Amino acid sequence: MSTLTSLSLKAVLAGLEAKKFSAVELATAYNQAVVNAAPLNAFNLTTPELALEQAKASDARRAAGKAGLLDGVPLGIKDMFCTKGVRTTASSKILDNFIPPYESTVSQKLFDAGAVMLGKLSCDEFAMGSSTATSAYGPVINPWSGPDPAKAARQLVPGGSSGGSSAAVAAQAVVAATGTDTGGSCRQPASVTGTVGMKPTYGRCSRWGIIAFASSLDQAGTLARSVWDTAHLLRVMAGFDPKDSTSVDQAVPNYTAACGQSIKGLRVGIPKEYRIDGIPAATNAAWDKGAQMLRDAGAELVEISLPHTKYALPVYYVIAPAEASSNLARYDGMRFGLRAAGNNLNEVYENSRGQGFGTEVRRRILIGTYVLSAGYYDAYYTQAQKVRARLIEDFKRAYERCDVILAPTSPSTAFGLGEKTSDPVQLYLEDVFTVTMNLVGMPAISVPVGLADNGLPLGLQIVAKPWDEETMFRAASALEAAAGFTAKPPFTV
Amino acid sequence: MQTPMDKPTIARVARLARLKVPEAQLDQVAGEIGGILKWIEQLGEVDVKNVEPVASVHAMHLRWRDDVVTDGNQTKAVLQNAPKAAADFFVVAKVIE
Repeated sequence: MSTLTSLSLKAVLAGLEAKKFSAVELATAYNQAVVNAAPLNAFNLTTPELALEQAKASDARRAAGKAGLLDGVPLGIKDMFCTKGVRTTASSKILDNFIPPYESTVSQKLFDAGAVMLGKLSCDEFAMGSSTATSAYGPVINPWSGPDPAKAARQLVPGGSSGGSSAAVAAQAVVAATGTDTGGSCRQPASVTGTVGMKPTYGRCSRWGIIAFASSLDQAGTLARSVWDTAHLLRVMAGFDPKDSTSVDQAVPNYTAACGQSIKGLRVGIPKEYRIDGIPAATNAAWDKGAQMLRDAGAELVEISLPHTKYALPVYYVIAPAEASSNLARYDGMRFGLRAAGNNLNEVYENSRGQGFGTEVRRRILIGTYVLSAGYYDAYYTQAQKVRARLIEDFKRAYERCDVILAPTSPSTAFGLGEKTSDPVQLYLEDVFTVTMNLVGMPAISVPVGLADNGLPLGLQIVAKPWDEETMFRAASALEAAAGFTAKPPFTV
Repeated sequence: MQTPMDKPTIARVARLARLKVPEAQLDQVAGEIGGILKWIEQLGEVDVKNVEPVASVHAMHLRWRDDVVTDGNQTKAVLQNAPKAAADFFVVAKVIE
């Protein structure tokens, strides 16, 4: 049975179609895998009965010749997606008992296509972080930490914020998982776990029913085992939704058709400003090697300049907290979530929020409140919005010379739990290569390209023009084929 | 931009955010946030003359829909997560002193 969990999404679909195994057999094997994955602490909630029930219904649909695009595929859902009747917490104490009365559009689309849910995956609290160490339910451990992750001498983080998703995919406890990506939260966790992480163009997937962090940056994304698997998932998740005012009415192409196509003549931009001081040599070496691979596959390398690169992170740390402080104002202890005691209404608000939010969320709410407050709004918030316009111009100009961009995903391989905690800015630098894509709204995908000299995986990012996911998948699948990354973490279920 | 981030300032911001920061933590939080703001202030170097601020990456106008009821009779679902409810209402602390 355990070999079932080693199959990619593509192989799972083929196996189900060929009747090599049933959806119930698959769900049964994965329910066991989820139990075995307990030392990773990747799940906030497991839903084995629901998985079996959905699998049974899937087998019946397939027998009737009515199987959908993901029929019978066991997935993990990041705990940022509201799931009807299934507890959804954003890994926060303030939503500890929240049971959504509705389903997010993206998870509904997955279920409509026949997907099976194994459980809700942990993340940084409200998706704010790069380590998944800020979850109210304890840190998630990277399966690359060692054969016994719970007892590893140096426990590694799985990246963040979608660290439950990345750990579970890497350990083969789920076939694939949803993530959300506001500043790199699908791509950076993928890079440090040897998985594929992707965010589409802003507006491509509906944000309806995803717990809001920063509304002008948030997008649904995926963590999966291959580029094809990712393309197939996006095909199901994407599409216009009248319930999200920022969802864009664009046709959804068949992304998997782009996978494996030739990249002969494709112009790949190499941004010179991404050679940043202090980035480990292994990261730059992987980047160079990736560029070489694409050139060998027929692409043309073009040096490009993105002059405002160094300002992307500070822009992000104004805009994201500002939007978060506004979005998270809804957690007031009145209609749902934690309510603490107080002598008057204001005290109830202050105590509920004080007790319900963790340190990082509190920090970002305070920054956001400050930069939006009278007297500081123009100096911080408007200035950041203007520099964001400069960043968008940078990319417009760069895309006159190239079709996609190749860049590192994470500055380094996975860091240790408890490291990078003394100075918040140090941890924010983890997103130095990823936040820009959110600020500009571009699709981007991280593909594992090899192991660094410390034996840990490292990914590279392919970034494409807005709405051009097809070229992104084409380049990413060429990179994947050339890299031939097959390494598995020492701990799999 | 430079503004001092000190204990009274962070206490004021915390009050604006309706978010209790224990008195004993105010100095530390002010220090952390002061450090982050100092790092953010490099944005002042960028020439943004004649640049329009960007609120959304896509130039989009908000869609309109017909002003009709699309849902209803969901009292139970609406109240299902209430910390305190009675007789189909949310119960909150006294609002008017």
